[in-house]
Amino acid sequence: MTNETLLSARGLSLSFGAIPALVDVDADLWPGEVLAVVGESGSGKSTLLNVLSGRLRQQDGVVWYRDPEGRLHDVHAMPQPALRALHRSDWGFVHQNPRENLRMSVSAGGNVGERLMAQGSRHYGNIREAAIDWLRQVEIDADRVDDLPRTFSGGMLQRLQIARTLVTHPRLVFMDEPTGGLDVSVQARLLDLIRSLVRRLDIAVVLVTHDLSVARLLAHRIMVMQRGRVVESGLTDQVLDDPHHAYTQLLVSSVLQA
Amino acid sequence: MLQTRNLGKQFVLHLQGGLRIPVLEHVDLEVHAGSCVVLVGPSGAGKSTLLRSLYGNYRADGGQILVRHDGETVDIATAPPRTVVQVRARTLGYVSQFLRVVPRVPALDIVAEAARGLSPEAARARAAELLLRLNIPPRLHALPPATFSGGEQQRINLARGFIGGHPILLLDEPTASLDNANRDIVIAMIREAKAAGTAIVGIVHDTAVRDAVADRLYHVSPLQDAA
Amino acid sequence: MNALSGYNFAYLDEQTKRMIRRAILKAVAIPGHQVPFGSREMPLPYGWGTGGIQVTAAVLGPSDVLKVIDQGADDTTNAVSIRRFFGRTAGVRTTTATAEATLIQTRHRIPETALREDQIIVYQVPQPEPLSKLEPSRAETRRMHGLAEYGLMHVKLYEDITRFGHVSISYDYPVLVNSRYLMAPSPIPAFDNPKMHMMPALQLFGAGREKRIYAVPPYTAVKSLDFDDHPFRTTRAPHACGLCGATDSYLDEVVTDDRGGRLFVCSDTDHCETRRAAGHVGAEAPTADELAAE
Ligand SMILES: [Zn+2]
Repeated sequence: MTNETLLSARGLSLSFGAIPALVDVDADLWPGEVLAVVGESGSGKSTLLNVLSGRLRQQDGVVWYRDPEGRLHDVHAMPQPALRALHRSDWGFVHQNPRENLRMSVSAGGNVGERLMAQGSRHYGNIREAAIDWLRQVEIDADRVDDLPRTFSGGMLQRLQIARTLVTHPRLVFMDEPTGGLDVSVQARLLDLIRSLVRRLDIAVVLVTHDLSVARLLAHRIMVMQRGRVVESGLTDQVLDDPHHAYTQLLVSSVLQA
Repeated sequence: MLQTRNLGKQFVLHLQGGLRIPVLEHVDLEVHAGSCVVLVGPSGAGKSTLLRSLYGNYRADGGQILVRHDGETVDIATAPPRTVVQVRARTLGYVSQFLRVVPRVPALDIVAEAARGLSPEAARARAAELLLRLNIPPRLHALPPATFSGGEQQRINLARGFIGGHPILLLDEPTASLDNANRDIVIAMIREAKAAGTAIVGIVHDTAVRDAVADRLYHVSPLQDAA
Repeated sequence: MNALSGYNFAYLDEQTKRMIRRAILKAVAIPGHQVPFGSREMPLPYGWGTGGIQVTAAVLGPSDVLKVIDQGADDTTNAVSIRRFFGRTAGVRTTTATAEATLIQTRHRIPETALREDQIIVYQVPQPEPLSKLEPSRAETRRMHGLAEYGLMHVKLYEDITRFGHVSISYDYPVLVNSRYLMAPSPIPAFDNPKMHMMPALQLFGAGREKRIYAVPPYTAVKSLDFDDHPFRTTRAPHACGLCGATDSYLDEVVTDDRGGRLFVCSDTDHCETRRAAGHVGAEAPTADELAAE
C-alpha cells in the first residue's frame, strides 16, 4: 500500500457571486480508492468534481495530482495540452448523461476506440479488437460493435460510456451521478458493473452522487457536503451508520423514510 | 490481540433537538488470540454498539480500541479511515446479523471476494467448500442471495466472514436464524478458528452456543439515560 | 500592359494585396495552419473561387504566366472567366500549358505534369476546416489544431473502414502537413494527394467565404491519414485514356451519346493534349477522317 495520494486538494474555495460553492474544502484520494461526495443539489459536490478534475478553476486552494512516474502536478497550473492529454489517458470522466460524452453518430467501436486513436494507435484491427474486448467487459454483445449508440438503451449507453472511458486504463475516474436517470433495475446492474470493474482494475474514483445507497455500495470513503462545505467525512459505513453531523443525520433519515 | 481502554460512546440526535444518548462508558475489554469473549447484558444495553465500535462502524467518542495489526498496534478509535480499511482487510473480520445484499452478485462471488491472499480460482474453490459445509447446495452458489431465506443469507454471511481467516473476528448473533444442525456446524467453525489462534468477540443469545464457544463473558450494562 | 483603366493591377487595391500577402507569409511559415484574412467582395459569386482569386491577385506579377483549371480542364466557364478576369485586370499572359505557367489557379485538380520550383499553385477552397463535418464548433476545432488532437479524424477513418471496408473519402482526403497540422487539401481527388508530398512548387490555398488562407511550402511532407493495416491508396478508374492511352492519369467518365456510350478520358486536358501531340493514341481517339468530318 502506498501512502502517496493520487489526488490531493487543499483549501478549495469558489463562489458564484454571493453564493459559496466551495468553502475551504480539503480532499485526498489514494490509488484504487473510491471516494463518494454526497449532498443535495446545490451542495457544491458537482462543483468540487469539476474543480478536482481541472474543468473549473477555484478562487483559492490547490489540487495536486501525482502522475504514474510519481511527479506532482498542480492541476490548475498544468498547460492546457497536458491537462487535456491527461483527461484522455490517466484520467476519465463519466457523465450522468452518456450523450454528453459519446458521439452518437459514431459506432460503438469507434466511440470506444477514440481514446486509443487520440493516443496514437494507428492499427485498425487492434483498435477494433480492444473495442470488442471492452464492450464485453461492460456486458455489451460483441456483435453490437458496429451499431450506432442511438440504437442502445439508456443502461447500455452508460456502459458504453464507461468502456470508452476505461479503454486507456485510467488510474483515476471522475463520475458524476453515473446511475442517475436510470430505472432501478438498470441502476443495480450498472452499480454492480462499476463496482466489479473498479475493484478488478484498481481504479481510483471520485464519485458524486445524491444517492446514499450508491455511495454505500461503491465507496470506501465518503464526504458529505452542504452549502459548499464538507460537514462530515470518513469511512462510508461509519458516516452512514453513525452520522454525527445534523445534516448527515437528516440525509440518512430521509433515505430511511423513503 | 484486541483491547479497549476506557471506551465511551454516545449518540447525539440532532433531529431530536440534540438529544444525547450515552451508551458505553469506561469499557475495558481484552481479548487474546485463540479465545472467545461473548458480550452479555440485557437488550438495549449496548452490546451491538460495542461490537460495531470495535469494528469502527460506530465511532468511539473516548478511549482507545487497540488492535494488533501487521505487527503494530493500531487504535481504531483514532486511526484514519484508510488505516481502518486496511485493518478490516487483513486483521479484523466481521459477521453482521444481516447480509447486506449486493445486487446481482452470485453467492459464491460474494464469499470468494472476501478471501485474502488467494488466487481468484482458489478463492472460489474455498468459497464453494465453505458454502457446502454450511449446507448451501451448489445450485444456490450461482444465484444472488437476495431471494434466499434468512437462514441461508446468514450462512452466506458466515462463509464470507470466515473465509478471510482474519486474526480477529467479530460475530453478531451468528446463529440467530439457524436450525440446530447448522448451528452445530457454526460452533465447530468457531472452535476451529479459536484453535487456529483467532481472537473472537461475539454477541450470542443462544445459551447453548454461548456455552460451547465462550471462554469468558463480558457484561455490558445499560447506562442511565441523560439528556 | 494593357490593363483595363479604372481597376488597380489585378483588381485588388494595394493595401488589400499587402494584407493578403502578410497572411500568405504567415501561412507559409506555419505549413498547413489556417490563417484568417479579411476576405474582400469580388466581382464573382462565392463558389467561383473568390478565395483563390484573391490569393492569385496578391501574388500575381506582370511577368507571370497564368493558367486556370477547373476539374482539370482549361476550357470550363469558370476557368475561362477567371483567366479572362486576370487577363483584363492585370494584363498578364495566360496559357493552358502546365509547363509554361508560372502561376496555376486550380479548382479540384493538381496537373498531371510535375510542378517545378519556379511555379506556384493556388487552390480554390470551399471548406478549409478538415474537421468541420466531425466537430461543428469552430472554437473546438481551433483548440484541436492548437493541441494537434486529431484522434477524431481517425475516428472518421475508422468508421469508414467499419462500414465500407475501406476509407470512403475520395475527395478532399485529409492530410497531415509537416507532421503537425491536419489540412483539407480542397476537393481534389485523393488520387492527387501524393503529388502534394514534397512538391517543389509553392502551394497556396484560399477560402473566400470562410476567410482562410493556408499553405504548403516547397518540399514539405504531406501525409494522407491512414491506418497501418489499411494504408492510404490512390484509386483511378481501371481504364486507359480513350484519347491518349494514358494508364497513369486521373480519368473523367464522359457520356458520348444518348445510347449510354461512355468514354474515359484524362481529366487534365492539357496533359491529354500534350500526350496526343507527342503521338500517343488511345483506343477511342477519333481518326483524321472523323476530325475532318466535324
Ligand atoms: Zn488522355
